Amino acid sequence: MSKEYTVVERKLLTKPFMFFLLLFLVGVFFTIERFLKGIGPVSALSDGYPWGVWITYDVVTGMALACGGYALAILVYALNNWKFHPLVRSGLLTGAFGYTLGGLAVIIDLGRYWNLWEFFVPWKYWNVNSVLLEVAVCVMTYTTVLWIELMPAIVERLKMSEATREKVQKFLDKFLLYFIIPLGITLPTMHQSSLGSLQLISTVKLSPLWHTILLPLLFLISCIGMGYAIVVAESLLSSLFFGRPYETKLLKELAKYVAILGLVWIAVRFADLAYRGQLGNVLHSGVLTLSFIIEILLFAIPSILFLFPKFRSTPRRLFLLAFMFLFGGCLYRFNVFLIAWDPGETFVYFPSVPELMITIGIVSLEVLLYLIFVKTFPILPNIHKSHG
Amino acid sequence: MKPVDNERRKFLKKVGITTATAVGLSAGAKAREKKEPKETYYGMLYDSTRCVGCKTCMVACKEANNLPPDYDEERLHDAPIDLSANTRTVIKLYKEGDKHAYIKVQCMHCIDPSCVSVCPVGAMKKDPETGVVYVDDSCLGCRYCQMACPFNIPRFEWNSPIPKKISKCDMCWFTNLKEGKQPACCEVCPNEAIIFGKREELLEEAKRRIKENPGRYVPRVYGESEVGGTGVLYLAGVEFEKLGLPKLPMTAPPQVSEGVQHTVYKGFIAPIVLFSTVLALNVRNRKKREKEEKNE
Repeated sequence: MSKEYTVVERKLLTKPFMFFLLLFLVGVFFTIERFLKGIGPVSALSDGYPWGVWITYDVVTGMALACGGYALAILVYALNNWKFHPLVRSGLLTGAFGYTLGGLAVIIDLGRYWNLWEFFVPWKYWNVNSVLLEVAVCVMTYTTVLWIELMPAIVERLKMSEATREKVQKFLDKFLLYFIIPLGITLPTMHQSSLGSLQLISTVKLSPLWHTILLPLLFLISCIGMGYAIVVAESLLSSLFFGRPYETKLLKELAKYVAILGLVWIAVRFADLAYRGQLGNVLHSGVLTLSFIIEILLFAIPSILFLFPKFRSTPRRLFLLAFMFLFGGCLYRFNVFLIAWDPGETFVYFPSVPELMITIGIVSLEVLLYLIFVKTFPILPNIHKSHG
Repeated sequence: MKPVDNERRKFLKKVGITTATAVGLSAGAKAREKKEPKETYYGMLYDSTRCVGCKTCMVACKEANNLPPDYDEERLHDAPIDLSANTRTVIKLYKEGDKHAYIKVQCMHCIDPSCVSVCPVGAMKKDPETGVVYVDDSCLGCRYCQMACPFNIPRFEWNSPIPKKISKCDMCWFTNLKEGKQPACCEVCPNEAIIFGKREELLEEAKRRIKENPGRYVPRVYGESEVGGTGVLYLAGVEFEKLGLPKLPMTAPPQVSEGVQHTVYKGFIAPIVLFSTVLALNVRNRKKREKEEKNE
């Protein structure tokens, strides 16, 4: 058994578990309806708004929220901040679920999902001009990478002789060191930025307050910040619910990195607006002005406050500010894909109840799987060791 | 606390340098060069002032392409009011006081189409010879083409669990054109309001009509250069915007998106450099740590 990580020794079927199970089942019901009747009857999607909350939340936003493993890998493996290593597994786990279920959401959203095999016949079907192709291939590969990165934790608990276990772990260690970990940093850098590039084509439909050739960079910087913020929020929540001591000491260190990335993001955002002469339009864009201001505040407030030790010192403040930052990253993505995106004519979009329930069902499944995993495999940091 | 502060400063420096490089890289991204129409490109010319609104073109389109009806409320007549998975062209009426005009809505067959650029599996195709934009059966139903189209043309079959491929005008690519005929709408129009031909010749014809009939037309051919030019060209007596033809930039959207994408991923060098750098750092850091652990 590794001493760095530990299994949460608690029973699985708690009240919250049943609550999320219920939500998940409601989602399953509507998912079945979608596959029996088509996308139209369960969603508010239209020919004007062909991408709604499934793509915007489950794929674009959900995958940014799944960046914990990626963001920590940069800090730990590339920049050698080994003290954060105890947090890596929980980051990877939420990442693995976020990506896997984002992939599931894609299948629900794809009209002709039975043609997905075409991605595996590159010479015949790949259109290398398509940002979506890059995102799809990269995401599929990275999801596999995430599960391989989690293998050491799973192997610890599998039934096998100690000799085999040691052999397997040794092999995994080398495989991770020389191939999987570098891949686990390269791939998200590519597709997280490309999630922003998806909207480069919207020169006409996306408001100039958001459309810029720096979309990929802004998506990349913000997703890394969101990665640290989600690790902070997730660690505090699991401490609260599992009755474990708070990791405040480590998390307040991490909060500083949230601040740095948030401030760099704001700097690039405003420099870009100024360079394109769009600053003047910021206050004259109606509802979009409001959405813009909220987005900036959600990034700015936690980023600035996190610079002061006072605001990093208690679990409550850490949680609130980290959550605020995550909300900012989410709103930015919703702005780019839905709120500030306008196909013109008379098209309007607001998600339908079944459509939302499918998204909520997917999120609930993530929570359920998380609960099952941390209570089965050594994922969460072993407090005594990492505090010692 | 000193060493910790140092760590963060180092991190800030690294983020700063990386960001600056990335900004430089993106800013260096030039729009991809403009695509010019070929002499062999087909086109269609719609003259709103000649259209009498008989909708024969709509009926012919459905017949030629074997498309099901979009019923009215009583389910008696095929009466589409807009494009749909079943309807690839529609005649709309514009009214202002006692003045009125018709407009034919259909795929514009862009010179540099956004839909073709974004389709992940290449199901949306532009024929290199004729410039006709059509969809084949490999369509995934991802609807990125709908997101990308500046004219909101491609349509998806929302009410089916097994939707057909994305639907839009393909100048009768699989039917009339294959048989050496004209697109159905051009074949049947009683007033030659929509005509088929080489794009180049149609553009000349449009300009000739404007010149020879002063006052009859808005003196501009819509589609000559909108989003890099379109295969379908429009003449009208009322402002194009009022007819639902949006005011658009003259740059084709794929020039922007492909410009950025192909700069960042040129020769796949950036990802390879990133992978190698992380690999080197990871191995070096591991050795460092092992040494430290031994010393402890």
